[in-house]
Amino acid sequence: MSGDILLKIEDLRIEGRSGDTWSEIVKGVDLTLHRGEVLGLIGESGAGKSTVGLAAMGYARDGCRITGGTIEFDGIDLRRTSEAQRRGLRGKRIAYVAQSAAASFNPAHRLIDQYAEGPVTHGVMGRDKAEEDAIELYRRMQLPDPEGIGFRYPHQVSGGQLQRAMTAMAMACRPDLIIFDEPTTALDVTTQIEVLAAIRDIVRQFDTAAIYITHDLAVVAQAADRIKVLLRGEEVEEAETRAMLAAPREDYTKSLWAVRSFARPERTDSPGAALVSVQGVSAAYGKVPVLEDVSFDLHPGRTMAVVGESGSGKSTTARVITGLLPPSAGTVLFEGSPLPPALKSRTRDQLRQVQMIYQMADTALNPKLRLRELIGRPAQMYLGLRGRALEARVRDLLALIELEPDTYIDRLPGELSGGQKQRIGIARALAAEPKLIICDEVTSALDQIVQEGILKLLTRLQDELGLSYMFITHDIATVRAIADDVVVMQKGRVVDKGPKAQIFAPPHEPYTELLLSSVPEMDPDWLTGLLERRAAQG
Amino acid sequence: MILTRVALGIGLLFVVSLVIFWATELLPGDLASQLLGQSATPETLAALREQLGLNDPAPVRYWNWLSGALTGDFGVSLATNRPIADLIGARLGNTVFLALYAAALSVPIALTLGILSALWRNSIFDRAANAGALGAISLPEFFVAYILVLWLAQTGLFPSMVRINPTTTMGERLYMTFLPALTLTLVVTAHMMRMTRAAIINLMASPYIEMARLKGLSPLRIVLRHALPNALAPIINVVALNLAYLITGVVVVEVVFVYPGLGQLMVDAVSNRDIAVVQAVALIFATAYVGLNLIADVLSTLSNPRLMHRR
Amino acid sequence: MGFAATVTLGLAGLFALAWVIRAGGRAVLTGQSRSLVNDMPLTAAFGLLVILIYAIVAIAAPVLAPFPEREIVGSQFQAWNAEHPLGTDRIGRDMLSRLIYGARNTVGIAFATTALAFVVGSILGLWAALTGGWLDQLLSRFVDALMAIPALIFSLLLLTIFGTSVLSLILVIAAVDATRVFRLARSVAQGIVVMDYIEAAKLRGEGAWFLIRREILPNAMAPLVAEFGLRFCFVFLSISSLSFLGLGIKPPTADWGSMVRDNATLITFGDVTPLLPAGCIALLTVAVNFVVDWQLHRASGLKEG
Repeated sequence: MSGDILLKIEDLRIEGRSGDTWSEIVKGVDLTLHRGEVLGLIGESGAGKSTVGLAAMGYARDGCRITGGTIEFDGIDLRRTSEAQRRGLRGKRIAYVAQSAAASFNPAHRLIDQYAEGPVTHGVMGRDKAEEDAIELYRRMQLPDPEGIGFRYPHQVSGGQLQRAMTAMAMACRPDLIIFDEPTTALDVTTQIEVLAAIRDIVRQFDTAAIYITHDLAVVAQAADRIKVLLRGEEVEEAETRAMLAAPREDYTKSLWAVRSFARPERTDSPGAALVSVQGVSAAYGKVPVLEDVSFDLHPGRTMAVVGESGSGKSTTARVITGLLPPSAGTVLFEGSPLPPALKSRTRDQLRQVQMIYQMADTALNPKLRLRELIGRPAQMYLGLRGRALEARVRDLLALIELEPDTYIDRLPGELSGGQKQRIGIARALAAEPKLIICDEVTSALDQIVQEGILKLLTRLQDELGLSYMFITHDIATVRAIADDVVVMQKGRVVDKGPKAQIFAPPHEPYTELLLSSVPEMDPDWLTGLLERRAAQG
Repeated sequence: MILTRVALGIGLLFVVSLVIFWATELLPGDLASQLLGQSATPETLAALREQLGLNDPAPVRYWNWLSGALTGDFGVSLATNRPIADLIGARLGNTVFLALYAAALSVPIALTLGILSALWRNSIFDRAANAGALGAISLPEFFVAYILVLWLAQTGLFPSMVRINPTTTMGERLYMTFLPALTLTLVVTAHMMRMTRAAIINLMASPYIEMARLKGLSPLRIVLRHALPNALAPIINVVALNLAYLITGVVVVEVVFVYPGLGQLMVDAVSNRDIAVVQAVALIFATAYVGLNLIADVLSTLSNPRLMHRR
Repeated sequence: MGFAATVTLGLAGLFALAWVIRAGGRAVLTGQSRSLVNDMPLTAAFGLLVILIYAIVAIAAPVLAPFPEREIVGSQFQAWNAEHPLGTDRIGRDMLSRLIYGARNTVGIAFATTALAFVVGSILGLWAALTGGWLDQLLSRFVDALMAIPALIFSLLLLTIFGTSVLSLILVIAAVDATRVFRLARSVAQGIVVMDYIEAAKLRGEGAWFLIRREILPNAMAPLVAEFGLRFCFVFLSISSLSFLGLGIKPPTADWGSMVRDNATLITFGDVTPLLPAGCIALLTVAVNFVVDWQLHRASGLKEG
């Protein structure tokens, strides 16, 4: 890293439009980047990190406008220069890697055509040279079949491979600076580290400067030299990566660690008889098998985490237990007696005992109903409450989820924040007075601090009401925080199960090992160490 | 893939012909008693039934009608007793000519306006084009037609009635049919422009267009190379939908301008309750409609690499 | 051309009045109705004003019209004069009075037809989407086949069979239009049925009627209302076109489409009178389209927020 300054942003101000009014979404951000340096830009949704990243290319999305400050790239003022000159820089000297490669590759052209487009139009190299170069970079990005993969269309290539192909495309003109906008967020945890490692290596090989935008501190710690934290369009703090991880100065930065530091006390008591017992369940959507011979037990008053990557069958298992998808083989026992496979043949009391909380509170709450009816309906239906008794019950439930009843009882879901909506989902489940609540990725759409609040609430309710949770998640940190027992699923099968302490202590099953070791840790050397260990094991 | 779509189209046409045929079965009484009305005697009824083949069971009559239609024999007009094929003959050509004329005018104009207003979104041009289009789709076709008559025919620039005979030259024909074609153009262009604009705006918001911008490509290249290949399918559908709409449009416009086409024929036949003619013309219009949609589907399949290059 | 100037001035006056009313609304109203007025564009205010005026004219037609609807009150084709402000028609009926009664007849019939098409189409559409399975398949394929015939052509076919009375006109157009409403209602409902809150309600053990009434309908209202406006325009134009062709509403009933047809000969002499009913049709359609555009814009805007 040299001391030579490549990018200097001062007092950047950007406004965004909602309806007819403009409001400031980036409020005076400064940023300095040296040649060959990697800066991590982190923050939660709405922090303005992508907007800042795009502004570093002199670009504002539709509905955004840069209203103040200077953006100086290698001595060129990007706000003052002509659009033609900015175009000359984009793709050639400053490149961009988007969050969703699947959406950002043009579906009508082959990968290699899209790769060659930049260098050819910018006059960096001819078409033939560009193709050779593409194959070389595909190889360096560790893509399978580097000679052939470029001749495929985007829909013929997997998400992790597309993300690497996009990084190769960004490298095509050997730019001085690349903006990475959440490049691994949409990927599974085991794919994420492959892409992360490939990105880190290629940036180092070509000594390219980069801005790495993400909401995940542990991910950015692996790649960045320095980290800047943003909150609602303003800088919170900035420090060298190691210094930031060792000693964050601001409370907000510390809170980003929160969910990882939260943990419920270990249980010492032994589990009672099974509340729900899933026995040899197989299921299929049409002719496509999704579950094969799944068996596990859920115990009263405990939390069982079901972990696995997308497509592992976690949510399908929940659908079988609730009766939405009758299994093709096997049975589900509730307190020892079998539940009818189909929803329609279950009694009202059987339905009451198992409740669901969904990942997206936005789609799980009818936007046209007020909280009074949303929460009151199950109590009215299952417990026969009416009038004053019903209203009193709804108020109790609101108080239980820490929302002031008088303020909230007549609100619509649209008038609540994301975390509050999720709390309403919890209240609606509690209104049925169930024994088991299935939580399907309930925290994964939420920001870190809000996640912590929801987990604390769920834990408190469990202790007070003796609930059992089946907690479906892909996030190992959440499992560590709240689970008593763990089931690991892969491709529709249970590959590992047992009490948390047993699952998290070696020796592991091979897939559990892969899953656990792929979770980024708050240690800048973690990725290097992991890759060395894996290489050593062959 | 394409073969299944074509087979589906043919199947659909078959069903459509069934619906059109089945419509006559809904008649109270039967065709013969409808035709003769008050003057019916048992003898004349029986004779007419025999003549029309009404004594055969419905499936047989359907088969006779369909196989006749396929070979261009639509039977005999109930009102004039002339073969329907003769009535349709030249009129079909006239209607196709008018529709093609209108299409040739409207498609280039509509696509250009639609693409430009999408590119210059929220500009004065866009707002004006949109307000104009919204106005134009709100006007009944005969209103547009008469306004044009009032403006252009009054000045003597163009004739307000179309008199075509076999000796008319192409140039004269184009001149004489200008007003009807312009009427159709105005109505269809508005629809097509709005839909093209919506399709392009939808497309320009996609992440790969942003990516193309961030690769430093020129706006022209972005539109031609990145937007257009993906816009083909929606644009083809927009065009097909509106060409199909022309079919409806010609009926009214032909009446206004006394144009000797199929639409006129059909309207007259409806007034006379000449069901055989109505069926024949309806079958022709429906075939054109289904055919256009089929062609559009096939073309948009061909333009989509996701469907052409399987994993 | 003095007439064009009058029309322009009249429209400008309506816009000005709409602006004044909107400004008044912004000053007086509070709460939810205030926010509704706040984001209303001038075009939508204009549209609502025009619709209101039409409604008043239609209801108060006998009071407003100087002459009876069907009576011959003078000589044929009189020019505009003091007694008959818009002259007389082909057989000597008062044009202005017939224009006023036309608001009642043409708009009334179009509204009744749209309402009928809507009730039938949307109930079947919602039901098909919720139930799914073979019932949905059967209804959808049936509608597909009917929609493969252009609407006007299909209407003409049916009118040939059932004759061209007003009742058969309403039934035929409603039947043809119900297929389009079915399509839309079904696709809107399909978007809602996959939502988690519907799954939650099913898991709770709710019945089909509750699902349609409390969970689906409130969320489908916005697009359905906008579609009602669009369908009304379409039905209104179809009925006018058919009447113009002499196959819809027939004299002596005053109807805008057939009035154009009846007096069309005047146009070739440069008289604009026959175009007035067509202008009335166009103005109402434009007005409804303006309001629908605003509603659609609102619905999509709310989704983003």
